[in-house]
Amino acid sequence: MLVIEQKPLDEMINDAVRTFPDECCGFLFGKEDSDSRTVIKIQVVDNAKEGDKRRRFMISAKDYLKAEQFADENNLQLMGVYHSHPNHPAIPSEHDRVAAQPYFSYIILSVMNNEFDHIRSWQLNQQQQFEEEKVLIQQLN
Amino acid sequence: MATVIIPTPLRKFANNTAKLTINAASIQDIVNDLSFNYPDLKRHLLDEQGKIRSFVNVFVGDDDIRDLQNENTAVKEDSVISIVPAIAGGNL
Repeated sequence: MLVIEQKPLDEMINDAVRTFPDECCGFLFGKEDSDSRTVIKIQVVDNAKEGDKRRRFMISAKDYLKAEQFADENNLQLMGVYHSHPNHPAIPSEHDRVAAQPYFSYIILSVMNNEFDHIRSWQLNQQQQFEEEKVLIQQLN
Repeated sequence: MATVIIPTPLRKFANNTAKLTINAASIQDIVNDLSFNYPDLKRHLLDEQGKIRSFVNVFVGDDDIRDLQNENTAVKEDSVISIVPAIAGGNL
């Protein structure tokens, strides 16, 4: 199960809507135990894909290295990546699958006509296929 | 010994280690060492032809080995080698 705190959720939604009709992307940081992981911080990253960004995203190697360093310095786990699917459902494409890494959670936000529609999260299984993770939004008092 | 930084998604294939030190003169030596000592890591690093996968980037310091001599890139005692997974995707 993937728990997402309200603040990082709001930040991901804002990024996805602000970036529409292009795809947004960023990193997920948090803590994990044996049966769940919790996203407590996100990092917005520039979509480095050259050309049409409405159907593709890419994160530069330098931004990836910065994210690993940030996790290390802040005693957090780098636990995945989020990106948006403008005017498409939050279902990973074959393009998402072939580039996906083991262990990481892949959050996808669907934005329809400039408005946030829904969020889902996916993880690769042993057969290199995506399996959906249950998402729980955690409201903090 | 050169220092090799293992990225978070691949650490579980390297005994949950973030940083390794390897005695090597080239990137090929490092790939050989990792493949021998961590067989589960090998399939995530190399394709069927034994070449570094297209979705895996290797940096020596700040330089991508694809801009240097690929697997033949020289490594020094104080080199820091980062394995960086390519992060990409998109709908359709």
